Amino acid sequence: MMKFEEKARELRGNIISSLESAGSGHPGGSLSAIDILTVLYYKEMDISLENYDSQDRDHFILSKGHAAPALYAVLADKGFFDKKELLNLRKFSSMLQGHPDRLKTRGVDSSSGSLGQGLSIANGLALAKRQDNIDKKVYVLLGDGELQEGQVWEAAMTAAHYKLNNVIALVDHNGLQIDGSNDEVMAVNNIADKFKAFNWHVLEANGHDITSLIEAIEQAKTNKGAPTMILCETIKGKGVSFMENQVGWHGKAPSPEEAQRALSELKEVL
Amino acid sequence: MKKATRQAYGETLLKLKDNKDLIVLDADLSAATKTDVFAKEVPNKFYNIGIAEADMMGTAAGLALGGKRPFASTFAIFGAGRAYEQIRNAIAYQNLNVTIAATHAGVTVGEDGGSHQAIEDIALMRVIPGMTIINPVDDLETEAAMEAIMQHEGPVYLRLGRLAVNRVHKEKQPFVIGKGEELLAGHHGTIIATGAMVQEALTAATLLQQENIFLNVINMPTIKPLDEALLLKIAKKTPWIITAEEHSIIGGLGSAVAEYLSEAYPIKLKKIGVEDRFGQSGNPEILKEHYGLTASAIIEQAKNMSIR
Repeated sequence: MMKFEEKARELRGNIISSLESAGSGHPGGSLSAIDILTVLYYKEMDISLENYDSQDRDHFILSKGHAAPALYAVLADKGFFDKKELLNLRKFSSMLQGHPDRLKTRGVDSSSGSLGQGLSIANGLALAKRQDNIDKKVYVLLGDGELQEGQVWEAAMTAAHYKLNNVIALVDHNGLQIDGSNDEVMAVNNIADKFKAFNWHVLEANGHDITSLIEAIEQAKTNKGAPTMILCETIKGKGVSFMENQVGWHGKAPSPEEAQRALSELKEVL
Repeated sequence: MKKATRQAYGETLLKLKDNKDLIVLDADLSAATKTDVFAKEVPNKFYNIGIAEADMMGTAAGLALGGKRPFASTFAIFGAGRAYEQIRNAIAYQNLNVTIAATHAGVTVGEDGGSHQAIEDIALMRVIPGMTIINPVDDLETEAAMEAIMQHEGPVYLRLGRLAVNRVHKEKQPFVIGKGEELLAGHHGTIIATGAMVQEALTAATLLQQENIFLNVINMPTIKPLDEALLLKIAKKTPWIITAEEHSIIGGLGSAVAEYLSEAYPIKLKKIGVEDRFGQSGNPEILKEHYGLTASAIIEQAKNMSIR
């Protein structure tokens, strides 16, 4: 599993660099999600430059669209666009918008960023695949704070009602949101039980442990009769000591000095 | 021959059922939106999303990403109103081939009252970049418009009415999105109307002919993109324009016409529609009378315009 861990570390560095260059953006939730994205894009999903223009592939929707720097780091590394573009993140006329824009960035399967909407879109894509007898999956990554949006639960009902076992949702459960911890702002509580009560298969994983993520996703792929949710325990800002578990790093870019510190930490770990 | 445009919507869906990309969605209103027959006859292309309009719009967006052409059906107030941001961000921002089929638009919903009467939906949809807005005049135009929509790239807001309305067209004509239609020619003034108000405009113009007042009547089924070429042509040959719509006078057809002509060729203009207020319960005919959405209201304004 070492190569995935090394890849995730490299991508963490690219996230930090792109955010430093942008001067704004969301490091905390990008770093908490990057191990999940690494496992999906480098191991579990059938998605590549070669099959991208076909519907006969897996799809991925980043419902927590503010983690765009993580998705961009992956897509650039996978060859969807030049890595140099990462330094144009959030800049005027850049292909890399502050939140994912399908019409501007090759590799983005759906525009997103307005929270609460990704699971509905995933359901629609999954229904289209079912219509066309395409035996592929639709993956969607949600934030835990995002679960406060009522539309998520509408979509949770729809996925279960139509028995969309080709929907695999992952929740990046880092426990923090803009105004504080989930518990302080609006406790979501018992996420696993809630999805179970909505007739979902529910799995739990350590969102920073490659083996744990692979096991959960591979089990999700074999589940029948219902959609699967994987509750991934994560740490906001994971990998950069001074960002870890800090609410303040939800939506603030590192200064050049802070970025340097972060990058040297990431190298030391390697 | 009277038929509601929502009825024509349901019947046309059935006619289009062999199109492999067509998918119909509803939010627990299929008997009212007239998707129920389609649901029964083509169950594998129909999804009831329940009372969850925001989720329905997102699901429609996903279906379109998967290559489908979904028609998301609900009342105008719940589509344009409740699910506004889902329509904007999940559908229009990605320029997806989703049609929002919005029935029960305007005050003629009737007895359900002001909470259910969408009189600001055109305004809401107009400000969304790339949104096409179509408000058909009768059943034949609804069918033709839907055929055009199946070939159109991008989101469409299809505004439909609850009440049965008279046919304005004798037979189905090809529908060109973005084109208006001259129904009557005259030189004293012009009425530009959309949806059910076209019939009122025709009645008004016909009655005024007996008083030797001859008006142009324009049917404007596409409110966005607006037929600017036709507007300019009309503005240059007529002393004034009245617009008529079953919608607020703020932000609808009248505003669209005024916005364009005030820059391109300013002429005298009067907007007929619901003044800045909410609707209320009542028989639809009484409501039309109360809110000034009738031929007689148009006649009164036309005479005011002619005298001035």
